[in-house]
Amino acid sequence: MAETLLTINELVKQYGDKVILNGMNLEVHRGEVIVVVGPSGCGKSTLLRCINALEPIQGGEIRLGDEKIVYGSKNLSSIRQHIGMVFQSYDLFPHLTVIDNILLAPTKVQKRNKAEATEEAMQLLDRVGLRDKAKSYPRELSGGQKQRVAIVRALIMHPEILLFDEVTAALDPEMVREVLDVIVGLAQENKTMIIVTHEMSFAKAVADRVIFLDEGHIVEESSPDVFFEHPETERAQQFLNTFEFTPVKHPAQN
Amino acid sequence: MNWDVISEYIPLYVEAAKLTVKLGVIGIIIAILVGIVCAIISYYKVPVLKQITQVYIELSRNTPLLIQLFFIYYGLPKIGIPTNPEACGIVGLAFLGGSYMAEAFRSGLEAIEPIQEESAYSLGMNKIQTMRFVIIPQAAAISVPAFVANIIFLLKETSVFSAVSLLDLMFTAKDLIGLYYKTSEALFLLVVFYLIILLPVSVLGTLLERRLRYAGFGS
Ligand SMILES: Nc1ncnc2c1ncn2[C@@H]1O[C@H](COP(=O)(O)OP(=O)(O)OP(=O)(O)O)[C@@H](O)[C@H]1O
Ligand SMILES: [Mg+2]
Repeated sequence: MAETLLTINELVKQYGDKVILNGMNLEVHRGEVIVVVGPSGCGKSTLLRCINALEPIQGGEIRLGDEKIVYGSKNLSSIRQHIGMVFQSYDLFPHLTVIDNILLAPTKVQKRNKAEATEEAMQLLDRVGLRDKAKSYPRELSGGQKQRVAIVRALIMHPEILLFDEVTAALDPEMVREVLDVIVGLAQENKTMIIVTHEMSFAKAVADRVIFLDEGHIVEESSPDVFFEHPETERAQQFLNTFEFTPVKHPAQN
Repeated sequence: MNWDVISEYIPLYVEAAKLTVKLGVIGIIIAILVGIVCAIISYYKVPVLKQITQVYIELSRNTPLLIQLFFIYYGLPKIGIPTNPEACGIVGLAFLGGSYMAEAFRSGLEAIEPIQEESAYSLGMNKIQTMRFVIIPQAAAISVPAFVANIIFLLKETSVFSAVSLLDLMFTAKDLIGLYYKTSEALFLLVVFYLIILLPVSVLGTLLERRLRYAGFGS
């Protein structure tokens, strides 16, 4: 088994009195792809936000390697460089071109040489099929293109782990595929990822492990084959049923 | 209208305009700085300072400049702080303008979606880098129309400076009317000089707005 990269230990997250995550445990190994599913509002986004210390937590701890991730701590900036995150809504910087969006953090945060970073940025853009959009502004791109740029912007930091929060949820159906293909490509390169998605066939294709989150806990945790074909818990079954399309039999018309 | 009178008055107006512009520019620059500080305080919701800022903004926006000037000019010496007319004009304008600028900048900052800040943080940027490279460039573009309107408003407000015996444009006009009764000439020059000061600002402001609009947002 590969080394443990991310450790979540008895994580408690509340908003006010409302408990969202109630003593959650998870270990993510290097090279592993974890898909998190669960009903709306169960705390999937919250989990990713806690991992990136965008939210204070009320109990437990989160570690990347040996380093503890603490909300508001001084070394957050350096830890966050190891965690790439792509959000559901388009989060590109609207006042910067595609290439400047991608180069901002490598040049200002990592102080990398601009020419060298530009070269890598162009290679990454090429890979996601957007080389010719380098000089465009985000508003000139389609939703799918924006998300691919957001992925490149995360990748150029060479993160150890990538977090994806329903990155296709806001997209028109015909653009979903182009974004998911990029993520599948990353999985094939053995990138470590935690992916929140409602795209079940994508989840099946990409996951090493599926985690079903409900009422603050991991209710079920298994390989995608087991989870999607023979879910063990009733709640997981019910959840999966909501994605089944049951044909309604119409009486024959005559 | 007597053109000889007008050409005779012009040098007096030029001197007065210099004073108006000088005090106006200094006052507005300070107002911008005050505005930036107040806007950042209210954006980050800094405790205590935020309340102080709010009191200041309400006080400043809801009292006329004339009263503020009287307060500074006649009030401060009473509590042992000496004032001179020029300093008084500058401080008054900065006191008034600071709150208007603060509101312009604050609304720009608040128009930025929190996700912008969060994506900057998740790329490893610290607070200052996020402000400088992500928030301020966007907020500034949004604030520009209000910012330009404030500058024009404040330059117009300089016309009450004469109340604290500053020899500005308004004072010059009133003085000449009082001395020689050449009312139309004096008022005509007053309007012309204010236009000479304000029109370029207005034109520059429009150009700036257009430029930032083309810079790639808002589509
Ligand atoms: N800032 C907040 N303040 C208060 N409650 C919040 C806040 N953010 C989220 N919540 C609540 O926390 C719960 C979990 O939210 P979260 O966004 O993590 O759910 P989710 O699993 O990502 O749902 P979805 O599938 O709809 O994206 C929800 O009930 C939500 O209303
Ligand atoms: Mg969510």
